[in-house]
Amino acid sequence: MSIRISKSFSASVAALALIGGFLSAGTAAADSVIRWMHVEQVPTTIALWTQIAKDFESKHPGVKIELQFLENQAFKAKMPTLLQSNDAPAMFYTWGGGVLQAQSVTGALRSIDPALDSNGGEWRKSLNPSAVEGLSFDGKVWAAPFRTGVVDFYYNKDLFKKAGVDASKIATWDDLLGAVKTLKQAGITPIAGGGRDKWPLHFYWSYLAMREAGQKGFEDAKAGENDGFNAKPFIKAGEDLTALGKLEPFQNGYLGATWNDALAAFGDGRAAMILSFENTPATQATNSTSRKGLPDETIGRFPFPVVQGGAGVATDNLGGLNGWAVTKNAPPETEEFLRYLASLDIQKQLAKDTQIMPVVKGASEAVSRPLLKEVATSLSKETWHQNFLDQDLGPNVGAVVNDVSTEIVSGGVNPADAAQQIEDAYSLERK
Amino acid sequence: MLMSVNGAASGGAQALPRRRKRSLSHSKWPVLILFLPPALLLFTVLVILPMGEAGWYSFYNWNGYGTPTQWIGLKNYQLIFRNGAFTQALINNGLIVLVSVLVQIPLALWLASMVASRIKGALFFRLIFFLPYVLADVAAGMIWRFVYDGDFGLVGGIAHFFGADPPFWLADRDVAMYAILGVVVWKYFGFHMMLFIAGLQAIDKSVLEAADIDGATGFQKFRLVTLPLLGSTVRLSVFFGVVGSLQLFDMIMPLTGGGPSNSTQTMVTFLYNFGVTRMQIGFGSAVGVVLFVFCVTLAFSYKRVFMRHD
Repeated sequence: MSIRISKSFSASVAALALIGGFLSAGTAAADSVIRWMHVEQVPTTIALWTQIAKDFESKHPGVKIELQFLENQAFKAKMPTLLQSNDAPAMFYTWGGGVLQAQSVTGALRSIDPALDSNGGEWRKSLNPSAVEGLSFDGKVWAAPFRTGVVDFYYNKDLFKKAGVDASKIATWDDLLGAVKTLKQAGITPIAGGGRDKWPLHFYWSYLAMREAGQKGFEDAKAGENDGFNAKPFIKAGEDLTALGKLEPFQNGYLGATWNDALAAFGDGRAAMILSFENTPATQATNSTSRKGLPDETIGRFPFPVVQGGAGVATDNLGGLNGWAVTKNAPPETEEFLRYLASLDIQKQLAKDTQIMPVVKGASEAVSRPLLKEVATSLSKETWHQNFLDQDLGPNVGAVVNDVSTEIVSGGVNPADAAQQIEDAYSLERK
Repeated sequence: MLMSVNGAASGGAQALPRRRKRSLSHSKWPVLILFLPPALLLFTVLVILPMGEAGWYSFYNWNGYGTPTQWIGLKNYQLIFRNGAFTQALINNGLIVLVSVLVQIPLALWLASMVASRIKGALFFRLIFFLPYVLADVAAGMIWRFVYDGDFGLVGGIAHFFGADPPFWLADRDVAMYAILGVVVWKYFGFHMMLFIAGLQAIDKSVLEAADIDGATGFQKFRLVTLPLLGSTVRLSVFFGVVGSLQLFDMIMPLTGGGPSNSTQTMVTFLYNFGVTRMQIGFGSAVGVVLFVFCVTLAFSYKRVFMRHD
């Protein structure tokens, strides 16, 4: 008796499961769900993205877009497992560089070339070529470009005035060191730094290496020629940075300060300069103690100075290039949505409301804030766009660059050893 | 246990009816078959397999994508022991054990001996002392990060009050570890105190009364009666201290993240910072294996040597 009951019971369970399976299969066929994984934390930006997604859904019945957020560090740690599981998102945020390349090699991604080239290459032609190239490996484009940016020095005009420093006269590294000295003498903390996160300090070593080695020297180093990253310009970059570190230019306790702490120090007017992203005018405000920060007219901007005798020029930019990578099993509408996201009107709106540096030709005119306009001009005139080294060289070498940059500044390692450490790490990655 | 009962039953079985005997001797198999597989399966899938996998990955240079192909033998292990940050992590783990034995446990024992007796307010203080332990590690780390902050934190405030330059302990590579040790003691002494309270309450009052009658002083009673009777609790407490030290991770991440200059890494933060975040899964697995060997060796030898009679 009990056997019979359990048999019929299990049969009905199986039947239910089957029906359930059909039902879920049915809904899946009717709806394509594009899962959009990002690391964005600014509520207004997410609100705008959600709105853009809704507009797209209404134009494409049957398509649903789900935004999924992961915190930056968690996102990076989780991605390898996630990409290889059935739970992979349809599209996710990428910084390009070695990480994207590693992902592309495994076959977890789908290249977007077919979509770029459809309609006579309409989408490809609308984009800035440097942005497309920056997200390409092995002759294929692995992510849809979304935004770009530059790292520059931002300074507090009031504090500069108080110390009697003229920002327009800072053209070389020695000028900058001079300005740091003058600021210190005036009792002002010259630079805000986030040493705990390390990467904020990697900007210094990266820029110095770019200024010393130039584009050619840098690419040679990556290819392993002339002693790779152990070559003279890279050691010299470390020496330049040591000279800055010796002046103790950062705020007290900068080695325990996060990037947000550094932005707060700048936004509160506790430090005169910060080497930072194009969105600094916005982020210094949100991170400041008052939440208002410095008004735009108090903030000035100058490019990273050149070094005497270096091969690099002031128009060589270090900056991000972000895009959206598409996974292997993403619904076919994903590329359609990305094309929509990269259309001129949307990019203009994003540039205006979320202060991104757009990647679509002609969209940068929508950039309205004067400080951001300067950045857009600098981007349009740039001679070389180098992606952040902690992305470009891959997560492992990138972490080494971050480590040694922090150590050089704080006097924990000498420039030659630092260059050797980077070269040692990178030599394992060269194919 | 069940088997020995069955054995005894079947041994003196003559008196028992036949049917009952048969059902008893057979009963262990259905039980085993019914109850063992779920636990065994879970243990295999969630413990044994990942351990085996980590051991396997540790011989590869692998970034976590695809399947590992680049066999590098014992190179990962060589790299671990050549890494200065790992040596520092080992030292820090040792330091945590040391502080836990020399500072935390005496402190916990002292407080326990005060609040174990049924005096007024003892319960209240027990609760107060136990509160830090209830707090999540991450939350404790974030609270103390703020306390130690030189700009806006408590430490900074005190320094400002006395007109001194505020210290930035977590940013100072010579001091940061001690600052963390302070938080570790603060966080876990309540737990050890609770262990000791339980131990103290288990001591037979008549023994202490006998000591009283013999004219023992308070300290003599503590040293010659209480402490020896608490021996097993002390050994257990030290054991928890050692294991806790090897696991310490989620409090350090919000406090310093292992920095500055790797001065506050523990073995687990080292694994995370150098394995997971750098996508060096092979290397990270090797660290995991080393950590595992450490844990197993320590746990077993400690139990063998110190907790033999407990």
